[in-house]
Amino acid sequence: MAEYETRFGSIDDFEKGGVLLVDDDPRNYVFSNVYEVASVSAPFEKVAVAKNQEYVLEAVRVEGVSPWRTPVHDEFALVMSGEVVFEFVDLAETPPEMPRQGSVELKGQPAGPAMGRVTGRRGHMVLLAAGSAYRYQAGAPAALLVQSMASADTRYRWPEICQTR
Amino acid sequence: MSSDTGSVQVDTPATGSLAEPNRHGYHRFSLGEFGFERDEYFAHITWPTGAHVMSVDSFLRALQRDVAWNFFYGIVNFDGVFGTVNHYGTVDIFAGRYNDAYRKAELDYLENLETDDIRGVFMAILDDWTNEGFDPFASPAETGTAFGEKHGSNTAAVSRVRVEAKRMVGLPGDEKIRDDAGGHPVNRQFADVAQDEPVVEARPGYEDRVGGFNLAAYLSRSPVTWNPSIVSVCRDSLMCPTTEEYILPIIHGNDRAEWFVLLSDEIVWEVEDRDSGAKRATVTMKAGDVAAMPADIRHQGYAPKRSMLLVWENGSADLPALISSGQVSARPVEF
Repeated sequence: MAEYETRFGSIDDFEKGGVLLVDDDPRNYVFSNVYEVASVSAPFEKVAVAKNQEYVLEAVRVEGVSPWRTPVHDEFALVMSGEVVFEFVDLAETPPEMPRQGSVELKGQPAGPAMGRVTGRRGHMVLLAAGSAYRYQAGAPAALLVQSMASADTRYRWPEICQTR
Repeated sequence: MSSDTGSVQVDTPATGSLAEPNRHGYHRFSLGEFGFERDEYFAHITWPTGAHVMSVDSFLRALQRDVAWNFFYGIVNFDGVFGTVNHYGTVDIFAGRYNDAYRKAELDYLENLETDDIRGVFMAILDDWTNEGFDPFASPAETGTAFGEKHGSNTAAVSRVRVEAKRMVGLPGDEKIRDDAGGHPVNRQFADVAQDEPVVEARPGYEDRVGGFNLAAYLSRSPVTWNPSIVSVCRDSLMCPTTEEYILPIIHGNDRAEWFVLLSDEIVWEVEDRDSGAKRATVTMKAGDVAAMPADIRHQGYAPKRSMLLVWENGSADLPALISSGQVSARPVEF
């Protein structure tokens, strides 16, 4: 019986495919790679790798301890590479600068009771619950794929990250 | 030529008909002016302006997805001739509608039917034509044959319900994680996938707001292929991962942009113009790759090894109309 090797990637070990054109524009496929984007991003930058109207998937490089954020709605973080520790606080008050969608960075330590924490590794999905404050940290560079809605902190770098020819 | 005929005539036991099975033991079905019949190897489809034949295993695999996905988003092409278009309340059933040759010859044909009517007939065909030991959702290497004279059935397999988490798999009251005890062993091609769960340390009272699960392990235990299930929900944003092996049994024609993130291994997508079938591109994805499928194409995937694909959908009911009216671009992103 054959033994199968499941090939995952990591932030420092990945292969990339591509678009072979017959009669098309490669920009239609918005082709990028989460690991490649995370490998060249600054820590905690939220770089859109997919967008569907107001919704986004963001690649995030985690290195060190992030600022605290709070989401308007549930978000979900999929650990794509490395190990990430998520901490959660039950916000005592809704920040006055809350946007209509996405998440917003908080100044300093949020007030409220600790909710707990989750330690996730590659392939683990973690809830970033509405109404909570969260931060994440990693001792070595890690990568997240975050399911959310576009916010003021979402970065768009399509020409730099996508195949264009 | 097209028809808006909405009448449904089902000549099957499912509607109480006493029609006898054919000499191979299978019932014949009709849906509007379409007719469906199978023999040992093939599905035969007829309509007022033509006829078509498909290998019955391919037909059943496509039919299984169409039924289980409730006609999905946009067009489900069973092959280059026959398929359905979802209008979310009604469904077009067509032959040659998205095939240049049929269109030019004016031999294409289409009927629009109530979703419940077409679903009922399709489910009856699927149940009657699927023999014991054949699972249309399984990879070809993990199931028996679809061919031969009628022998038994596999109702439990063909009536599976799509997994749809309300918030996230693993949270209290939501879809459960998969394990051996629940009847979900690790697939033979994912035996090396780590089964550890995240370490969740929720303070009392916060169990429904602090959580996580091992998505890779969850997928490694999926018994089906090419069947996206919802694992997390952010308003209309739906994470729909699936495990893929061999060939996507349908050619999916998009009515909105659809996004793929490949989590493991490799998938090759053959991409064609949605309406004509003209080749546009080949997209090869490896682990970590992200690609969009624009709203004006159709695509079919090829997975040489079982792989983990994260399909990301915007489930907004408004999108098809916005795209078809030009208010929203077929291109996923302008840059």
